[in-house]
Amino acid sequence: MDEVALLLSRVQFAFTIGYHIIFPTFSMGLAVFLMVLEALELKTGEARYRDAGIFWSRIFALSFGMGVVSGVVLSYEIGTNWGRFSEIAGPVVGPLMSYEVMSAFFLEAGFLGIMLLGRHRVGPKAHFFATCMVALGTLMSAFWILSANSFMQTPAGYEIADDGRMIVASWIEVIFNPSFPYRFAHMVTATYLTTSFMVMAVGAWYLLQDSKSQFGRDFLKWGLIAAAVLAPTQIFIGDQHGLNTLEHQPIKVAAMEGHWHTGGNVPLLLFAWPDQEAEKNHFEVAVPNLTSLILTHDLAGEVKGLTEVPPNDRPPVAVVFWSFRLMVGCGMLMLALSWFGVFRLLRKRLYDEKWLLRVMVLTGPIGFFAVIAGWVVTEVGRQPWVVHGLLRTEHASSLVSGEQVAFTLALFVITYTVLFIAFGIFFRHLVRQGQVISVEGTLPQQGEARPAFMAVGEEK
Amino acid sequence: MELLPLIWAGFIAAAISLYVLLDGFSLGVGILFPFAKPGHDRDQMMASVAPVWDGNQTWLVGGGAGLFAAFPKAFNLLLTAMYLPLMIMLIALVFRGVAFEFRFKAKRKQFWNRAFAGGSTIAAFCQGLVLGTYVQGFEYDGTRLVVGALDFLTPFSITVGVGVVLAYALLAACWLIMKLEGEMQEWAYRKARQLLPLVVIMVGVVSIWTPMLVPEIAELWFSFPNILMLSPIPIWTLIMASVLYWLLHRPEGHDVLPFASCVGLYVLTLFGLGVSSWPYVVPRVLTFWDVAAPDNSLLFVMVGVLLIVPVILVYTAHAYYVFRGKVRVEDVYH
Repeated sequence: MDEVALLLSRVQFAFTIGYHIIFPTFSMGLAVFLMVLEALELKTGEARYRDAGIFWSRIFALSFGMGVVSGVVLSYEIGTNWGRFSEIAGPVVGPLMSYEVMSAFFLEAGFLGIMLLGRHRVGPKAHFFATCMVALGTLMSAFWILSANSFMQTPAGYEIADDGRMIVASWIEVIFNPSFPYRFAHMVTATYLTTSFMVMAVGAWYLLQDSKSQFGRDFLKWGLIAAAVLAPTQIFIGDQHGLNTLEHQPIKVAAMEGHWHTGGNVPLLLFAWPDQEAEKNHFEVAVPNLTSLILTHDLAGEVKGLTEVPPNDRPPVAVVFWSFRLMVGCGMLMLALSWFGVFRLLRKRLYDEKWLLRVMVLTGPIGFFAVIAGWVVTEVGRQPWVVHGLLRTEHASSLVSGEQVAFTLALFVITYTVLFIAFGIFFRHLVRQGQVISVEGTLPQQGEARPAFMAVGEEK
Repeated sequence: MELLPLIWAGFIAAAISLYVLLDGFSLGVGILFPFAKPGHDRDQMMASVAPVWDGNQTWLVGGGAGLFAAFPKAFNLLLTAMYLPLMIMLIALVFRGVAFEFRFKAKRKQFWNRAFAGGSTIAAFCQGLVLGTYVQGFEYDGTRLVVGALDFLTPFSITVGVGVVLAYALLAACWLIMKLEGEMQEWAYRKARQLLPLVVIMVGVVSIWTPMLVPEIAELWFSFPNILMLSPIPIWTLIMASVLYWLLHRPEGHDVLPFASCVGLYVLTLFGLGVSSWPYVVPRVLTFWDVAAPDNSLLFVMVGVLLIVPVILVYTAHAYYVFRGKVRVEDVYH
């Protein structure tokens, strides 16, 4: 086996999927936000809901487009880079992905044109229906792909055939495998929480320019209230997800906690430098007994350590340990910030509190960091397995040469960097354009939502 | 149930054919793009495919996911063997796709014009390379298809690549005849008239070259009684090409018929390709039956196909219906 090709395939997949997840996270949240805005517009007829909907649908279009193009790449990488995985696990994972395509991708694509470009071609109710279908499509997509991913974490409902292929014994058990409900709830909530912080940040930015901005006040208030509800919900779901992982993938949890040797009274490590070779941590800063309490609800509770399994069955501990801390840290910060913000809102001191608004602008993208860190925890924490306990990563890659993967990895790095910069520039441009709109009052009536997917204007 | 793999082969062939026809005209618009006047004309061209390109491209993912689910071993072998042309195609599609968004918002459009035209052209060319490589066939050593990294570049595959680019451009020209008016429509007519002879020549060259290259395919087409049963395919292809020629040259133009007959022409060509591949997934190495997933996997997805795909076809048709007719001022005006 070509070690270099394997390593490069891992790097390429991590890079392309980590990049991809940013955009669906944002567009899933925005799709639901847009659905709510349009429902309010239909109900009240107020222009501010319509204007807000048009503004955010432009940003949605940008994000959705990035998600689509980077997602197509992933579906093919499963064959080009993880061919042996696709051959062995194909009878299980292939059908789940087929259902994603049929029930989600086509649904999104079929109504996206109407949602983004069709305001002048259909009535308001038909347009609202299209928005709902796109939002439903994003949810269906998350359902199937997280089911497939969860199967790889906690396989269930399968048999191993004589030739080594995985074969399905029960589709219900495969789809609703043990970690799926937790992962689905955790990820969907993550997209909404992340989006709330982005909406909040855009609102805060408008208020910093003009403390009377209607967009500014609306976005900040809506985002803040949503975040204040979602942040504690997410922490609760995350805790439940962790307990589920403890049951099914105890070694992953041991890596998350930097816990080497099975025993009771396990402390919670605030800081440590895990040493994979020496099977211990350096520079520990710990809260006594807290990990035992969180995981077993007992101060003395016993928790399995990494040394329960041989060294070559352990994940890279430091990466999992630190990513977990980053995710939890972001979560706590989101909780603190959203609750403090609501507190200031109730005291009617929020809209001109400049330092707080600045903090909110800066923390706008915080959810994305939490999402990527969380995925690193769960994916790296599953190593050295691709399908937990059944198929090792080193046996899953395609028999393709290292040079080919190196070449495409370089292409991806260049392409994705250029596009990320472009995305940032256009995002900023749209936000600035929104400021003008919010000051001048209202948007033009016709063809507004169309920047999306549209080519207009004079060429230079 | 020996029938299931066969049904699945049909599904996947249908999905890939739909992809070729639908994204064919979307990519073709990108291929023709640099030949149109900057500004208004190009905006119109892009607007004609903007509401539907995403759905069109989804058939590519559909075909891929179907192959993954139904013939996992073929998915592994083929995608690994054609790593580079597939990856370059995907990156080209990334540029093509984001160009729809970014070109509009950009003050300086030059970069995104190139992304759109270059991405479309390279993606189409790579699809041709993949097709050519596939038709040529591979050596199989029991675990992998033995191919060098650059084996996808042969005179034959490059010829097929050029053919696919021209064919998509012709389909797009016919699409634009349907979607545009006045001078732009005239322009599309001119392009279609120029492209048709080139496409016919390419189809002819590939049709003659393929059996010369692959004796098994020659045997399949030219042995008795196959030659009698299959002869309608090339005959009808020629008739269809003549009909399209006549439609493009008669003084009274028609909006829809050129596109319809171009689609007809390509359906016949695709059918011919299907015949040449029969009954293999990995050409001359593994048949549908050799690499089929277990029956319960095939059945599980088939239920979804039968229940969901008709609904997909209905709302996709609805989306085309909403944006029917000529591109309107509001479709482009922002």
